[in-house]
Amino acid sequence: MAGRTLLDKIWDAHAVAPETAATPAVLYVDLHLVHEVTSPQAFAELRARGLAVRRPARTLATMDHSTPTLPAGADGTPPFVTPEAAEQVRTLRANCREFGIELLDLDSAQRGIVHVIGPELGATRPGMTIVCGDSHTSTHGAFGALAFGIGTSEVGHVLATQCLLQRKPRAMAIEVRGRLRPGVDAKDLVLHIIGRIGVDGGTGCVIEYRGEAIRALSMEQRMTVCNMSIEAGARAGMIAPDEATYAWLRGRARAPQGEAWTRTLAHWKTLYSDRDARFDRVVEIDAAAVRPTLSYGTHPGMVVDIDSGVPQAGNALQQRALDYMGLRAGSRLAGTPVDVVFVGSCTNGRLSDLRAAAAVLRGRQVAKGVRMLVVPGSAAVKRDAEREGLDAVFRAAGAEWREPGCSMCIAMNGDRVAPGQLAVSTSNRNFEGRQGPGARTVLASPASAAAAAVAGRIADPRDYVVAEAVA
Amino acid sequence: MKPVRHLHSRTIVLAHENIDTDRIIPARFLTTTTREGLGRHAFQDWRYRSDGSPDPGFVLNRPEAAGAAILVAGRNFGCGSSREHAPWALLDAGIRAVISSEIADIFRSNALKNGLLAITVAEAEHRFLLRHPGLELRIDVAAGEITLPDGGRFGFALDAFARHCLVEGIDQLGFLLRQEQAIQRHEEMHG
Ligand code: SF4
Repeated sequence: MAGRTLLDKIWDAHAVAPETAATPAVLYVDLHLVHEVTSPQAFAELRARGLAVRRPARTLATMDHSTPTLPAGADGTPPFVTPEAAEQVRTLRANCREFGIELLDLDSAQRGIVHVIGPELGATRPGMTIVCGDSHTSTHGAFGALAFGIGTSEVGHVLATQCLLQRKPRAMAIEVRGRLRPGVDAKDLVLHIIGRIGVDGGTGCVIEYRGEAIRALSMEQRMTVCNMSIEAGARAGMIAPDEATYAWLRGRARAPQGEAWTRTLAHWKTLYSDRDARFDRVVEIDAAAVRPTLSYGTHPGMVVDIDSGVPQAGNALQQRALDYMGLRAGSRLAGTPVDVVFVGSCTNGRLSDLRAAAAVLRGRQVAKGVRMLVVPGSAAVKRDAEREGLDAVFRAAGAEWREPGCSMCIAMNGDRVAPGQLAVSTSNRNFEGRQGPGARTVLASPASAAAAAVAGRIADPRDYVVAEAVA
Repeated sequence: MKPVRHLHSRTIVLAHENIDTDRIIPARFLTTTTREGLGRHAFQDWRYRSDGSPDPGFVLNRPEAAGAAILVAGRNFGCGSSREHAPWALLDAGIRAVISSEIADIFRSNALKNGLLAITVAEAEHRFLLRHPGLELRIDVAAGEITLPDGGRFGFALDAFARHCLVEGIDQLGFLLRQEQAIQRHEEMHG
């Protein structure tokens, strides 16, 4: 018998009923994360049918998308952008109370972007199936979990049955050989990968990231890579657990403790793709060839490294993207004037990301006319960053330091880029209007974003970080 | 769910590749707690100019789009977010089917659960449909066939289970609820 992939192993362990030609598999869900935007209609469905939540203990809710990042006013009311946004948050609160689900509410010390808090709490663990009504659930795959986004109907399915109807995705391997060069970040790597395979390169697949360069990444960097799997069209991304994974999880609030830890660890060590496992597709990437990489167009596959010129438009649609961005083929991105810089999101809103941005900003100023927003991914990230004095670095440089949430990644809460403005953003999507109507988005690493803030133009982060190291 | 067996309508064509879910329904309209009423914001930033008036150049605003229920779109339609608001918005705007050569996974799954026919056709047929907006098509879901006005026919891809659910009007939550015994057994074995 041929060996099994990591995907096979997790899939088999969760198949309540196997897939047939006529029916999809019934797949058991270990952890269901819920947020305010994609859940109200699912709870309404349960209520309409008189159904209960099958396993409240496997369900965890938080609020992140439409929540303000400015502190509450004197009367204790957070400054919601619209009455609807406030209503959405109230609805989640009421639903969690009615259905007996744990909610990390706005005043919780553990709240934050759903994909930041799962790992932080140790709720995200190897070998699990994890779903959420959010496509960036792929983030949790960094721990060797099968984690993917679902729609609101499916949120209802999981609430009611703890299961989903799923066809098994194909297994794709991305082998990243060699090591990343100094000054090159996990974000650069994943943008490079999406540029290589395209925004539909992973459609129908789960991507397992493998190879020396992946092993060398920290857990936070692995989350950045897995986070953007959906941007290549993949259902999920995953990385087999190893010592780095165990070290990250040990002692976390919801991770197993004591004897249970030892037992669980033994199981985690079986979670890898067997040597003779077969992948449906294998792509090889040379890590040493990756440079600081940014997007120049209106989807995350339109990327270019900082040293090269913007590619020629191959068709009318690509030309439209260049026109929207106000960029010319052939010219380099570096030097393009910047209006807004955003550091945050489930892609790059963790402590190491804030450290990378602060390393560039320390002792420097955000250029005149540039607005920089730094939004920690969670309340814990905020606390840790403040303990290290990163908030002081950002503030001294002239950046805004905010409350945790999705913020300018999705521009639902009032934090948005004005029409026509160009933002360098550490988030994951540069679709037209993603950061506000008419907003232009350049996706980049935290170091590249901070470099752009200082220069007032898109700049090579290595000019700042290397100088720092020498000094 | 109401059965979806046949659809007979004209097509509208949006040839862009990679039409993402932010394009279909921008995030700023997601602060809703219901499924209804999203149709007027479908393709908002293409449909309306910055002063809020409809852009007469956009296909959905043209007279010939009135009543057309089949959207033929460029490759990789529905990429991006998992928001089910995208198919809700399209359905609310009167779209009953989306045809492309490739449709993003989560969008397709969401669409089919709501009775929005999200189907893929071979590249040659896709190119033909893109080049001929306004065609009267007949879609036969059970047979998996599209019939052109001249009687020409070709097949489309649709998962067997999704087809069964559409044709019989089966709701997937009901199907899952009937798996109770197997789910219980799994929970007993795996804790
Ligand atoms: S940070 Fe952005 S991508 Fe991540 S969950 Fe929030 S809105 Fe989605």
